[in-house]
Amino acid sequence: MTSAERFWQIAALAVAALVVFPLASIGWISFGGAGEVWSHLISTVLPRAISTTVILMLGVGVVTAVLGIGTAWLTTMCRFPGQKILDWLLLVPLAVPTYIIAFAYVEVMDYTGPVQSFIRQLFGFHTSRDYWFPEIRSLGGAIFVMSVVLYPYVYLTTRASFLIQSASILDVSRTLGASPYRVFFRVALPLARPAVVVGVSLALMECLNDIGAVTFFGVKTLTFSVYETWLNRSSLTGAAQLAIAMLIMVFALLWLERFARRKQRFDAGHSKQRQPARFDLSGWQAGGALVLCLVPVILGFGVPAALLADRASRRLNDLLQEPFLLSAWHSLSLAAVASILTVVISIALAYALRLRKTRPLVMGVRFAAVGYAIPGTVLAVGILVPLAALDNFVDAQMKAWFGIGTGLLLVGSGVGLVYAYMVRFLAVSYGQVEGGFGKISPHLDMASRTLGRNASQTLGQIHLPLLRPVLLSALLLTFVDCMKELPATILLRPFNFNTLATTVFEAASREAFEDAALPALTILIVGLLPVIYLARTSASSFRTRTSTRGRKAVA
Amino acid sequence: MHGARKAFACAVILATTALTSGQSFADEEVNVYSYRQPSLIQPLLDAFTAKTGIKTNVVFSDKGLGERIAAEGENSPADVMLTVDIGRLDTAKQLGIAEPIKSEVVAKDIPSQFRDVDGDWVGLTARARIIYASRERVDQTAITYEELADPKWKGRICTRSGQHDYTLGLIASMIVHHGEAETEKWLVGLRDNLARKPTGNDRAQVKSIYAGECDIALGNTYYMGQMETNDAEPEQKDWAASVRLIFPNAEDRGTHVNISGVILNKYAPNRDNAMKLIEFLTTPDAQEIYAETNFEYPLTPGVAIAERVKGWGELKPDDISLSEIAKYRKAASEMVDRVAFDDGPAS
Repeated sequence: MTSAERFWQIAALAVAALVVFPLASIGWISFGGAGEVWSHLISTVLPRAISTTVILMLGVGVVTAVLGIGTAWLTTMCRFPGQKILDWLLLVPLAVPTYIIAFAYVEVMDYTGPVQSFIRQLFGFHTSRDYWFPEIRSLGGAIFVMSVVLYPYVYLTTRASFLIQSASILDVSRTLGASPYRVFFRVALPLARPAVVVGVSLALMECLNDIGAVTFFGVKTLTFSVYETWLNRSSLTGAAQLAIAMLIMVFALLWLERFARRKQRFDAGHSKQRQPARFDLSGWQAGGALVLCLVPVILGFGVPAALLADRASRRLNDLLQEPFLLSAWHSLSLAAVASILTVVISIALAYALRLRKTRPLVMGVRFAAVGYAIPGTVLAVGILVPLAALDNFVDAQMKAWFGIGTGLLLVGSGVGLVYAYMVRFLAVSYGQVEGGFGKISPHLDMASRTLGRNASQTLGQIHLPLLRPVLLSALLLTFVDCMKELPATILLRPFNFNTLATTVFEAASREAFEDAALPALTILIVGLLPVIYLARTSASSFRTRTSTRGRKAVA
Repeated sequence: MHGARKAFACAVILATTALTSGQSFADEEVNVYSYRQPSLIQPLLDAFTAKTGIKTNVVFSDKGLGERIAAEGENSPADVMLTVDIGRLDTAKQLGIAEPIKSEVVAKDIPSQFRDVDGDWVGLTARARIIYASRERVDQTAITYEELADPKWKGRICTRSGQHDYTLGLIASMIVHHGEAETEKWLVGLRDNLARKPTGNDRAQVKSIYAGECDIALGNTYYMGQMETNDAEPEQKDWAASVRLIFPNAEDRGTHVNISGVILNKYAPNRDNAMKLIEFLTTPDAQEIYAETNFEYPLTPGVAIAERVKGWGELKPDDISLSEIAKYRKAASEMVDRVAFDDGPAS
């Protein structure tokens, strides 16, 4: 190992340790000895929580898969009016956090909301007993609202897979007389399976982590039970134990994702092909495709955005008020810092692994990705406990040696908050960065090193410039996730400190929907940025792929 | 690489300004961790600052503040913690983060049944868990909690989650009065009378009565005031108009009451200011703000209940001790799980 390589090994291990630290602390807390609580949890809470969670995940998994695959197939393989716009419009619901969509749909579907009011007016009903209406605050409602904002994960990955599928395979199946349906079910879909699994597991991870929507709907998932155990039985230990039960599910998902990705890499090897001929749709088929693709966009983005815009318009004068501006500033600056740090860490981890796959590092990286699925508040406590202990230790040492107290340097200063975001969202940015590195041929590394550059110079001069688009999309995705983050922000923030998300939360917790609308809408709009960027780059990378086929083959 | 370094430098500058802009350290200040809504306590804190010149800094969260204080230990910046119910006060006591509040002012202002025996917490306001009844569909003017399990209410009752602090407090009080076995039977009866799965907050229950989904609902008193005076969302006034309040068990042991309260952090850095704040909150001036703007019941004798609150009916509080209720909270929470209360009626 050269000295530069050793540097990267050590740096990456240190970073991985930093991220794994809070997780270890949750594990430690779970051994705090609450045997009595645990037996109650096993006998009453756990079975129900697990079955609810499994049904929720199955529901969200199936619906996101159907929506994601269906829309991806229509927009990549067919030609119909509006298809170009829908290409990126279908990503837009990604900008809507689950706690906001749940909140918005209760407003819409409630007795006093527009839908039911309209039904009553239409049929002359007077009370809710005169007619049947589905209850949005239910397991089914939760599956619905989560699916319409999470399907873009499946759409994104599946679409990419359809785009790189070898056109000749599809063309061959068509010349052999396979109908479009047969091509889809027998050829394209099986080939895209790994991509679908990756997308669905991402969606499920989000679903498992959600606390906003399930609390609002009274759906008792594992995450929800973690909170109840902690708050109502004052048992952080019991909560940590439930969190560990969740981690097992997360590991299963991660394994599934890894497994799928492994196959995907295999596919991507021979993909430098032209875009297969699209199916031309016309008449009712074109109309049907258009409607099918529009529905998820309207449900996942149109409805909540319209509602929020309507309510926010009544509060437009808040826009220039100090509280709003300050919380927007806090959101933006915190998310910027945290996302930049997270991407830097991801680069360190991915590059160290590229240089040398040592066992401890592989393990470290895998554990580090788990932070994504831990309920925010539990993670916050997992961070709070060791960080405060460290603060107090430093303070005591400083007092003993120099007679100066340093107080709490990290906790409650915002550093803890940035740390929490990093732990939480490392998986998001790492996945992107790792994927980016994977696409750079190792021959480039070898050439660079042969020409006398060391490992660090190679990173700076070869990899980073090549990775730029990937880094930007990782940065944007992490940025938006940080900005949407709620539970850890609430608990770890300094005094008198509000972000857009906490403002929404505070307004929502006193049922003041109108006060929540403007900050919620702002989160949505900022959340659109990475979506638009992703859409543009994925479109342009597709274009370059097709037009520079010849040159790439030489490289 | 150059670009990345520049971005990183920008980020650091951003971070420093962002994180310091929230805090400006005045000489005289007091730090508040609050489980209560900022909008509800702000008028009180403003009055405190106006009177004493002491600046107040607030962190609001609905979860985990006690744990935060415990973790922060002796360097914790928190001076006082405000809570919404007895459960959280008791948790703070169990966590060992509370310093006994020794003050003649407080002892004079707050009756002893609303203070911890060791002085670890002090109650500030009371709220009664009452029945909201449809004006149209309910004729009864008196009711008991026990009666809620009577099959005549089948499909007619709404409530928020059984695991919510307020519901747990009520169930714990039932355990104190009737024992666990009896209470569990009652809870099953109540569950089977529910019109729907427990969801939403207290206000949402009143909305459900307005919508015709149910006829009676459990709720705290002050929500009525908040709905009746809600100019921002006037439709809530219609919800309020569709119900009247019944104070349960008015003819026997009295209505279940819970308190909001305060603890003093063992390691409060601004202890003198913290004591000033706690004493201020128990004074008639502050209690009047609680009564008039939040529609809660003041605890300081001699402070009048708001006219609007008086109009809802007379409160005769159940006088079992709050510590007793806190003791059975865990049992109540486990019972709610056991009977699957939050899954709604067994059909």
